[in-house]
Amino acid sequence: MANVQDHPIKKVMIICSKANIEDVYAALVMTNGAVMEGIEAKLFFTFFGLDAITKKHMKKLHTAPVGNPGLRMPGGLPFPTLLGILPGVEAGVSAMMKSQMEKVDIPTVDEFLELITAGGGEIYACKLAVEMFGLKKEDFSEHVKDIITIGQLYELAAGEGTQIIFV
Amino acid sequence: MAQKVYAGKTISVTDDGYLTDPNQWTKDIAVEIAKEEGIELTDKHFAVIEYIREKTLKGDALTIRTIGKSDVIDTKGFYELFPGAPLKKASRIAGIAKPTSCV
Repeated sequence: MANVQDHPIKKVMIICSKANIEDVYAALVMTNGAVMEGIEAKLFFTFFGLDAITKKHMKKLHTAPVGNPGLRMPGGLPFPTLLGILPGVEAGVSAMMKSQMEKVDIPTVDEFLELITAGGGEIYACKLAVEMFGLKKEDFSEHVKDIITIGQLYELAAGEGTQIIFV
Repeated sequence: MAQKVYAGKTISVTDDGYLTDPNQWTKDIAVEIAKEEGIELTDKHFAVIEYIREKTLKGDALTIRTIGKSDVIDTKGFYELFPGAPLKKASRIAGIAKPTSCV
């Protein structure tokens, strides 16, 4: 087996395309984790993922109670999809997820972005999706460094030992 | 498990260089470990290191976030003092175990 010291990961480019709590947090934990390890990290939000860095939506992310087989009731029973369609259920499920996360001391989205940028990580928004959703630079969190094209993303990814991860 | 000589004392360390017994730690040892990490320790470093030791020896599991929220330093300053991987480097210099937090 190759020695782990021989080829360390030097840079990660993490792309988040979804607005579900669980997907956004997967991207945030991975990016922040890289920053904590001294790995250069850039987090790029596209399509629905833009909600996570839009001032208007970043505090109101949801988890989907419909079509989500991993979601269970507090007792462990499967969560019925039909229940998920009722008004308020999605908000309730999302609030429960957030309170659970708070209990284990997981930071909020905004605080995560702050941790990442404080450690030298960079946050970007996808230009195409930004145009598609009719958003402007001022709609985004102050932690967003720039709105860039996919070509610029690949330019930023250049170098040996880079990993591109899509969430 | 390995042995290393720091500041004229033989100290037992883990394979990745963390002290196995935080009670063996002294400031002189910290200075030498810091040199291995390429860091010249200042009073500011020591303030952070002492905070980390105090909290950890009390049984608290520290994260970059909790350290960044302390009165001793903010997150950005912590990254500046211990460039690259601040929690790992600071823990090693502080003579405590390798951090295990994910956030």
